[in-house]
Amino acid sequence: MAVGKRNTNPIVKYVLIFVSGLFLFVMLVLPLIVVVVNALKDGWTVYRQSITDIYAIKALGLTLLASVSAVAVNTVFGLFASYLLSKFYFRGRQVLAALIDIPFSISPVIAGLVFILTFGNIGWMGGFLKAHHIKIVFAVPGVILATIFVTFPFVFRELFPVMNAYGKDEEEAAALMGAKGFTIFRKITFPHVKWALLYGMILCGARAMGEFGAVSVISGHLRGKTNTLPLHVEILCNEFNTTAAFAVSSLLVLLSTLILAARSLAEWKKKKRGGN
Amino acid sequence: MEEIVKVKNKRGVRVIPGFGLSLGVTLSMLGCFVLIPLASIFLSAGRLEFSEFAAVVTSRQVMAGYRVSLSCAFWAALINTVFGMGLAWVLVRYDFPGRRLMDGIIELPFALPTAVAGISLTSLYSDQGWIGAYFAKRGITIAYTRIGITIAMIFVGIPFVVRSVQPVLEKLDGQYEEAAAMLGAGRGYTFLRVVLPEMFPALITGFGLAFSRGIGEYGSVVFIAGNIPYETQIAPLLIMEKLEQYKYTDATAIALVLLLLSFIMMLIMNSIQISMQRFTRNL
Repeated sequence: MAVGKRNTNPIVKYVLIFVSGLFLFVMLVLPLIVVVVNALKDGWTVYRQSITDIYAIKALGLTLLASVSAVAVNTVFGLFASYLLSKFYFRGRQVLAALIDIPFSISPVIAGLVFILTFGNIGWMGGFLKAHHIKIVFAVPGVILATIFVTFPFVFRELFPVMNAYGKDEEEAAALMGAKGFTIFRKITFPHVKWALLYGMILCGARAMGEFGAVSVISGHLRGKTNTLPLHVEILCNEFNTTAAFAVSSLLVLLSTLILAARSLAEWKKKKRGGN
Repeated sequence: MEEIVKVKNKRGVRVIPGFGLSLGVTLSMLGCFVLIPLASIFLSAGRLEFSEFAAVVTSRQVMAGYRVSLSCAFWAALINTVFGMGLAWVLVRYDFPGRRLMDGIIELPFALPTAVAGISLTSLYSDQGWIGAYFAKRGITIAYTRIGITIAMIFVGIPFVVRSVQPVLEKLDGQYEEAAAMLGAGRGYTFLRVVLPEMFPALITGFGLAFSRGIGEYGSVVFIAGNIPYETQIAPLLIMEKLEQYKYTDATAIALVLLLLSFIMMLIMNSIQISMQRFTRNL
């Protein structure tokens, strides 16, 4: 909300806008351009070959599987947890909120380490898993679990402020008028948070697709089996196949740009509904 | 302080249904996916002898790793705070063509995979890269040095400060600045004495978030870092190295120290914020 008729010095204004714009261009836009330029450096055929390479496609498949799982699980969690924390008052509310935020603030490498320590051969569940021939670490389930962990709070973080801002009054009124639980959720809570939910899911998906550190630790880097797209990019880089690395990256850049656009749309719709 | 409204009626029954179910689902999912795996790190650490632990975390290479991570993250977070403040100001206070585009682009570090950011930053700042070449001619290398690490950390931290300060600026009541202007204060003075103190808690939060992200970041930093021991090895990379050598206990030890550092950081940020609040509430 701009403060009305302040005497804004136009020089200050334009300098600030220019400097900020330059900063963003150099730090954010240039890297994007670099990806596209480097991807197409060796021509269109090489580009096409790199992205239709069988390992790239398998990596894409695993990335999508892990991301969809992460979004699904974390959306369920986000809905329940934000409902719990915004509509009910109980001791330990703050502690719970802090605990939920933990995956957001720890390093992804530590997140991967944690799963190895739990499900790996040396982990305390290792013996149990081995006996039942269940492989989690260095296999697909591990990749999925690590992705879920790292993106755990994302949907919650979007839903909770919105639900909290709306308070409990409407739900209480509905309950007192005799509505049952799911009806209250469907007709009162959910319509308020529709766009926040969408944005949260989009953000969660983006982060899940891009996750590198945690998955790198737990995946075992088995080509065609446990490689996600970002890991595949790393392998290509290590083989000095930079053009292919950038070609595959360009796919991810495309996905990210689509996500950003979708996010802007969701944000705009959210504001239009008269969000705070 | 907001009033805490009890949701139970006189008979102690909650009015809104669904408490049991949501509590159950929340706690079990949180426990399953987050808490139980996390507990393993403390379990593992418990098995370590303290002397072993101390030997690992105080070895020269590891100490150098902390130093690199902490110092680069600090400078990156600082630069992000300065530019983030400017960006938030520009986005909230001014209207200009492309403003919405700018606002959207700030989310890029969240949407772009860290590995992609890593390789493209490396390419950009390497001695043959578009920006790197310009500096190389003057004898400054960026990629594979701490400067490169700092730049990568700036990249991942850009959204944190901006998104922390934006809501504060948006909610800032214009009347304080108008009052200051009417009492004769110049624009600069008004900014320093009226606006900045209001922004300060948000700036601190943003700085803390960017700093934590910088310390923990792996994908974007590891490509541009070059990983020269004692020089450009970041702490997460050291953990990764130990894991690749199957030295799980060493990795756990380093990870614990890192977690401890983040926790201390969070405490410091919170206490600064609390003492600041006493300041700004005197309006």
